[in-house]
Amino acid sequence: MTNDMAVVLWLFGVAAALVLIVGFYCLIATINLIRAIIGLEILIKAVTLFIILAGYVTGRTGLAQALVITLIVIEVVVVVVAMGVVLCVFSHNKSVDVRMIRNVKG
Amino acid sequence: MVLNIILLVLFVVGAVWTMMTTRLLHSAVGLAFTSAVLTVLMFQLDSPLAAVFELSVCSGLVSAIFISTIMLTKRVTAEELIVRRKIRMAYFWFLPIVVVAAAIVLSLIHIPVDFKLPEPPAENNVKNIMWNLRHLDLLGQIAILLTGVFGVVTLFKEWKHD
Repeated sequence: MTNDMAVVLWLFGVAAALVLIVGFYCLIATINLIRAIIGLEILIKAVTLFIILAGYVTGRTGLAQALVITLIVIEVVVVVVAMGVVLCVFSHNKSVDVRMIRNVKG
Repeated sequence: MVLNIILLVLFVVGAVWTMMTTRLLHSAVGLAFTSAVLTVLMFQLDSPLAAVFELSVCSGLVSAIFISTIMLTKRVTAEELIVRRKIRMAYFWFLPIVVVAAAIVLSLIHIPVDFKLPEPPAENNVKNIMWNLRHLDLLGQIAILLTGVFGVVTLFKEWKHD
């Protein structure tokens, strides 16, 4: 691996790791359902950057882009269904607080 | 390289701001901004097709979904906002500190990045890979889209309460 490539890998890897930390922190700390999904989105952004970075470093940008396009499609479907769930929870509880949905009976 | 560093800093700062801001609408805008910065980073890493997808879908469509959902849920008044900001800050004030500390720790520890790379592939055209080599992925995408459609239909179905 050339020196330039190692620097790129290190820089982008550290930034993506920091964004991963932000996403995990949000998922742990938040009490709002919509913000939890925004945290999930942040996590997916970090993973996208990791995949593209791996493709760039190994010279397989084509494969990485194909994977990222699949990832984006999955991401949108997950967000749409999650927002549907949030709206249903809101119509039941008049709130999007995660502590309010502990009364769900299975 | 300077441009890359500026973009990476913007990426991390955008993510932190998305989490720190109290209003959900600002959060959605912050997410769109983070996505736009990620698009430029992808262009920098020679991935233009995925970058265009990211910009149009994640920065456009997902933001529209978030903003419509936020508009459909309850609006908060100014007094409620002040109370919520206090509650949120009790949990979130040390997020920037955690991020800066993690950056310092990751800078100090030696991460071994000098590994041996595999041979470059024979085929590197994204359209060929997408349509010829990984067409099962496309089938999976269609299945996931249909699953999402059925999920939304099931969630918003009008149930008859007899």
